[in-house]
Amino acid sequence: MGSFATNYEEIAAVLLFVIGMSNLVFQPNLLKKIIGLDIMDAAVYLFLAAKGYIEGRTAPIVVDGILDASHYINPVPAGLVLTGIVVSVSVSALMMALTVCLYREYHTLNIDEIMMKLRKEED
Amino acid sequence: MAFVQNFPFFCIILSMFSAIISFVMNGRIAKYIHVAMVTAVLILSLATLSFVAGTGESYTFMMGHFPAPWGNEIRIGELEALMAVFFSLIMMLSVFGGMAHIDREVQDSKKNLFYILLDLLMASLLALIYTNDLFTAYVFIEINTIAACGLIMIKKQGRTYVSALRYMIMSLVGSGLFLIGLTLLYSITGHLLMSPAKEALDQIIAVHSYQVPLMVIIILVTVGLGIKSGLYPFHTWIPDAYGYTTPSASAILSSLVSKGYIFLLIKIFYRVLGFDSIISSHMVNILFAFGVIGMIMGSVAAIKERNIRRMTAYSSVAQIGYIYMGLGLGTTAGVVAAVFHIISHGVMKSLLFLSISGLTEVSDGRSDYLSLRGAGLRNRIAGAAFTVGSLSMIGMPLLTGFISKYLFASAATTAGNKMITAWVVLAISTVLNTMYFMRTVLTLYRPVSAEVHKEYTLEKSKIERAAIIGLILLNIGLGVASQPVIKAIEAGLAMFG
Amino acid sequence: MSKKNPNYQNSFADKFTRWVKGDYDPIEGQMEMNAPDKEVFGDERIRYVHLHIVKSNNYSERMFEEGLAKNVRRFTGLYKIFGVIVSVFIACLLLWTVSFLPEFGDPNAPENNEVAARYIEQGLNETGAVNIVTGMILDYRAFDTFGESCVLFVASCCVLILLRVDKDEDPESRAIEDMNDRHYEPRNDTILQKVADFLVPLMIIFGIYVVLNGHISPGGGFSGGAIIGSGLILYLTAYGFEKTQRFMNEKVVKALTVGALTFYCFAKSYSFYTGANHLHSIITPGTPGNILSAGLIVYLNICVGIVVACTMYSFYTLFRKGGI
Repeated sequence: MGSFATNYEEIAAVLLFVIGMSNLVFQPNLLKKIIGLDIMDAAVYLFLAAKGYIEGRTAPIVVDGILDASHYINPVPAGLVLTGIVVSVSVSALMMALTVCLYREYHTLNIDEIMMKLRKEED
Repeated sequence: MAFVQNFPFFCIILSMFSAIISFVMNGRIAKYIHVAMVTAVLILSLATLSFVAGTGESYTFMMGHFPAPWGNEIRIGELEALMAVFFSLIMMLSVFGGMAHIDREVQDSKKNLFYILLDLLMASLLALIYTNDLFTAYVFIEINTIAACGLIMIKKQGRTYVSALRYMIMSLVGSGLFLIGLTLLYSITGHLLMSPAKEALDQIIAVHSYQVPLMVIIILVTVGLGIKSGLYPFHTWIPDAYGYTTPSASAILSSLVSKGYIFLLIKIFYRVLGFDSIISSHMVNILFAFGVIGMIMGSVAAIKERNIRRMTAYSSVAQIGYIYMGLGLGTTAGVVAAVFHIISHGVMKSLLFLSISGLTEVSDGRSDYLSLRGAGLRNRIAGAAFTVGSLSMIGMPLLTGFISKYLFASAATTAGNKMITAWVVLAISTVLNTMYFMRTVLTLYRPVSAEVHKEYTLEKSKIERAAIIGLILLNIGLGVASQPVIKAIEAGLAMFG
Repeated sequence: MSKKNPNYQNSFADKFTRWVKGDYDPIEGQMEMNAPDKEVFGDERIRYVHLHIVKSNNYSERMFEEGLAKNVRRFTGLYKIFGVIVSVFIACLLLWTVSFLPEFGDPNAPENNEVAARYIEQGLNETGAVNIVTGMILDYRAFDTFGESCVLFVASCCVLILLRVDKDEDPESRAIEDMNDRHYEPRNDTILQKVADFLVPLMIIFGIYVVLNGHISPGGGFSGGAIIGSGLILYLTAYGFEKTQRFMNEKVVKALTVGALTFYCFAKSYSFYTGANHLHSIITPGTPGNILSAGLIVYLNICVGIVVACTMYSFYTLFRKGGI
């Protein structure tokens, strides 16, 4: 039970992740699913970014030529978050394009109605 | 460093470059670029395989000027080269086998985009096979997911949009879980590359610290990759995704896309977490249980299906259950059987999907059993191919399915108390497979009177026939001469860790 | 004693009082957007707007009635309870894990090990980049960034498959899309054009500054590319497609994307090949602090910036009218 008192960012990130994931899976409205996807991805990046911070140190851009490792925070998670944000944007754009095409075809944003119309088409 | 050792890197860069350059070309030139690229990857991978089999040890290739924990690297061993050979061979035969259908079914302006997706799929599979770094694996998993989504919805009908949406939702949940597992692993070891992470994890296990995070990491990574590859409770997207797209896309999706994730899971088990900690965490038992349930439930659902494409897709669920059962046995022999089944299932399933496209063509384009009566008599090659594929799935000797079932059964003998369960389930699922495959084969050869079906023009495409015959020969070849492949897998697994 | 103003009605004080009370609006009728005339577009406008009302077959009402059936209600209730239980279980599991992790901001945490130390200490000498994070993602771990550019590329290909409507294949849909675009988007709006005149050059110059300075200060190809992309989108929204297609049409976007990605591919392949084979590479870190330093990093940043800007712009135009 050690780090519960200090790891606020990680706790917030985990709660947001679960909220986003349950929206993505259980919500019938397509746009709200995409919002849940965005929340889920943002939570993972919050978790990653919080991993890099070290108390009392500054951002990893060399100032005044000081090259000491105890002067800057960890640069690795920042690079990972950069990559992750681009992936999240791409996937959101693809999901929204799918939503637009589905709406033009079935004229509804509710996935249960779409499944009903599909089953009607098959019979 | 021998020049041959650069070949895997050339394969990856070649496939990415051919994807980029096809963006400005039209459909025909993009097709030629793709075919040339896959042939080149096949030849280069064969050269790599012979080199690594000759030297007998794996080597690492630095991606950049900096060695392991600071820079990226890829690692090439016998198992990886063998998988690259088979993946490129299956992709080449699948694209040839459906090429005339691609020309007909995909719109002209979207053809070059289709070949771009195939190129990037090849690039991401090669990167997943060769990578030694976890974050690179995540980035290429995303490329794999998005390219597979594009393949599912290439025909742009309402049905395919819904399948693509359901596929994306489940895949994204899997990616999210995998990324959180990766982050937790980074936070307790501090390394993103696989070999340094393993050393750090060995120290952590030795002092018994971070036990709960380690268990949760194993669960998250396995569940994440299991969702993406179609493990039992998460398989509901498979029949919709594989059943309604163009035949070579179905063949590639079912043979290659899920298998890349399973191979990555095996790699993480061996190279990061260590097989011993997997066994002690009872993850193998859970994988075994879900694999067994998947084998039975997949076959039961296939029996209930009326549509031949969805039936084949459900049988994919059952076969992925076989692979997870092999992994869940917890022994090296089990993993060898699972890897051999990855290869043989790829060969069998692509043959089945390509022959189904030929059969539905001569049945007014419908794929239910009533219309398919006698289709084997109307289109002889497709009928013969479907028969060979079905016999192979059931496990007839001389074909490759028999060898993989034999490997599973003999691996189960050394697995302790899972032996009886594994044998019983293998027997039951063989019986179930026979039920639905033989029923279909008998339906195909049932004669009907000639005026039942309208005039059909049998598109005699030489390339498609050659590809289907090639797959049949590969099937028989793997069934008859499987010993070199099995030896290569065993040697590769020994140098894999 | 104040004089009475005979012309009080038009005087400033009266107008001001009435404006404060809300009875009088000085700019009424001059600033609002006018809807275009209905006769111009006629029936084709119906397609995306009214069609769904005409043909919806009352699925919503049927769903509502079916939802009232008892077993469906029980199933939906159970489904919701199941969803809540699964979410709570995953949340508790992850929270329990978090309590075992190293503390936040702890300098002795496992991730602050020799890997991070070397990036900070040797990063400037080996890569030449003052911004250590840029040096890390474009030199030490450049393969990941190449993969990420390909993720953007493949997503834009998939969105092209879904949304692009071609003139040659489907001229009727193309004409309808063009007409919808002309109908719904603002035309020659004075406020937007005046603000765009001021902001767009500022945004593009700032974006170029961020891209070029990616290795000296915070920034880089991705953020700079997004800024340039939004500048282009603002210009397009203010001035419309005819003016923007003079310099930003489909050929230009394709050529820029393919050119930038090809340069990235070849430059990085050279770097990987020479690195793995332990050959000497001709690229040097240069003097830190200059713009043309840090080896290939500034050129790679420019390529990535171009790709991101083109992708953002093409996402916007594909969603708006189905073509670039």
